[in-house]
Amino acid sequence: MNVEEIKNDLLKHVPGLELTVEGESFIVPKEKLLEAARFLKENEKYRMDYLSCVTGVDYLAQAARLGQPGQAAVGGQSELASGYLESVNHLYSMEKKHGPIVLKVRVPRSDPRMPSLVPLYRGAEYQEREAYDLLGIIYEGHPDLRRILMWDEFEGHPLRKDYVEEDQDIR
Amino acid sequence: MFGFGVLKGMSVTLWNFILSYVYPKKGITTVQYPEQKKEVEERFRNFPFLVYEGAPDNMRCVACDICSKECPPKCIYIIPEKDAQGRVQKKPATFDIDYAICMNCGICEEVCPFDAIFMDHEYELAEYERLSSLLYHKEDLLKPVEHFAKIRPTDYGRIEATRAAKGVKGRAQPVAGAPPKPAETQQSPPATS
Amino acid sequence: MSDTAVHSQEPQLLEVSIGPQHPSTHGVFRMNVVLDGETIVKLKPVMGYLHRNHEQLAENMSYLASMPYTDRLDYICSMTNNFAYAMAVEKLAGIDVPERAQYIRVLMAELTRLINHTLLVGFLLNDLGAFFTPTLYAFREREKILDFFEATAGSRMMCNYFRFGGVKADLPAGGMEQVKEIVKNYSRFLDEFERLLTSNEILRSRCQNVGILSKELAVNASITGPILRASGVNYDIRKVDKYSIYDRFEFKVPLGKVGDVYDRYYVRILEMRESIKILQQLLKQMPEKGEILSAKGAAAAKSPRMWKPPAGDAYGRIESPKGELGFYLVSDGSPKPYRYHVRPPSFINITILEDMCLGQKVADAIVILGSVDIVLGEVDR
Repeated sequence: MNVEEIKNDLLKHVPGLELTVEGESFIVPKEKLLEAARFLKENEKYRMDYLSCVTGVDYLAQAARLGQPGQAAVGGQSELASGYLESVNHLYSMEKKHGPIVLKVRVPRSDPRMPSLVPLYRGAEYQEREAYDLLGIIYEGHPDLRRILMWDEFEGHPLRKDYVEEDQDIR
Repeated sequence: MFGFGVLKGMSVTLWNFILSYVYPKKGITTVQYPEQKKEVEERFRNFPFLVYEGAPDNMRCVACDICSKECPPKCIYIIPEKDAQGRVQKKPATFDIDYAICMNCGICEEVCPFDAIFMDHEYELAEYERLSSLLYHKEDLLKPVEHFAKIRPTDYGRIEATRAAKGVKGRAQPVAGAPPKPAETQQSPPATS
Repeated sequence: MSDTAVHSQEPQLLEVSIGPQHPSTHGVFRMNVVLDGETIVKLKPVMGYLHRNHEQLAENMSYLASMPYTDRLDYICSMTNNFAYAMAVEKLAGIDVPERAQYIRVLMAELTRLINHTLLVGFLLNDLGAFFTPTLYAFREREKILDFFEATAGSRMMCNYFRFGGVKADLPAGGMEQVKEIVKNYSRFLDEFERLLTSNEILRSRCQNVGILSKELAVNASITGPILRASGVNYDIRKVDKYSIYDRFEFKVPLGKVGDVYDRYYVRILEMRESIKILQQLLKQMPEKGEILSAKGAAAAKSPRMWKPPAGDAYGRIESPKGELGFYLVSDGSPKPYRYHVRPPSFINITILEDMCLGQKVADAIVILGSVDIVLGEVDR
């Protein structure tokens, strides 16, 4: 199960998929995330039934260079050049005991909406709530997207790189 | 038979109860703390202290500020001493550690290139007041190197051997690979609490 | 006085908030429960009372400086937290670990597993109402292992013992004898513990067929660790990833059949026995002397503020006693991690708390929560 093989299978079975490979991970457009994940979960060869780790990363504009070299305008999407939020999903297979396949989705910081993986994997429920809470990624289709670690009235998303701390000097 | 499992379990508690009377050495594992004390292990670490040789004036610390920068919770505050002309001396004027913040991780000891700061064994440090009495100043922190030799003989032997091999005596010389940057110490703003 | 509501046939739903200051929630954890009589019809966990944004703290300090903070995630198993973090950084920077250090790491990880499972069983019995007798027996045994941790790492709970590319210090003189003594006596203690508990009728009737978790739901909800295996799914990262040197030891993965609280209890007892097996093999194989910190790792440990891993990302995971503990790190080539994410097992394992508790009594919900084995330092981070 190497990167090339997974890439070819994904391109073959998910019609209209624009796929960028960065190292070991696959960057899929947000519209195709559910489809790609469903293929990986249900295909006999992969059976990626276990979503291990869901998290987000905030890349500001100056940090967009972080991705591997030679990558064309951050995943081919030019609106991401001014910084983007990335959701990172690590898929493993409990049945076949292999993995991981890393699916990444990049959305612009101005409109951080992407589909939720909860319909496929219950395990994403709390982790997506956490990513929403701390990074402000809005997962569409999540059954209960509320803050989980911070309190409900809290404003802002503390893990964003441009988050300004409140004045902590209370002593 | 219903209830047999409970009785079997009871036999264990009964056995432990009897054991503590008949054979207290094995049956009793607690110590009566304020009167009796358990000896701490040699590597036990609690809070850091500063080492001096001979007189408190002859301390090993050169105010290089490495420990204060590496400290994860940032509980060390150092201001280097200055002479009459305002030149920075290799000696701290202020060396404060806030024990209320310190989390006993021991990283300061590991990164110190001058073997000047070590973790102590003292653990009865309760105070009535939270802020000022737990802020330890240079005078409270300084302890003779003999104290370190007493609490941690193995580490003392190892460190003294490497120091002797490097030919350091009294005031420590920088170790190769991690030279102190006098310029940096000068520029760093006085870290006050 | 006539009150129609009392006699009406409609269910009277009652909303109760259990916690955050409740002794059986294992910390500051709250469950908002809707009850029909004594039966739970809805349950929503509320967390975050212990949140300190560990991830942002870590993004603002050097890689090594986060190591003592990982101790404070799951404060019962600080050694395995260190292990997972060290693994992730080693993956990121491509650091090798010397042979003896690998053995010491596995030794510490398995001792931690013993600590965690013993304590969990003790506290589970506390939740069941066996007030503190099993817990104190568990504490008595745990002390012996903690003494060894203190002698080796310098601290009983917040060990801060692992370094990238090895461990901080070698075992102290007499350390091996101490471990041998622990390993020798532990199975005897487990026998005693089981005699006290396993066949106890009260424990059985309180635990069997309570809080059943089906295989399918467990996999779908990303449950890991002993809870998953109690539901009958054979997935142990020690076997699957064969990280560190786990491929050198022979051990079985105990599986449950029903997936109820009793299975979760018993799987943990069996896992402890397997851990003892690993430890016995380890003590035989362990090299007498050797490096404990690779040269690359020593550089990282001596001046953490200067040490820079190459840019890229890495995900390192281990089988911690509670499940899969993973660290996702993104480096931009500077001395601080650009992104640092913890995948805490107990946080994700309570996803299915509601599913397990529906239709059960309030008292059982406490037991089910106890059997999930959460530590709030890790849930809230």
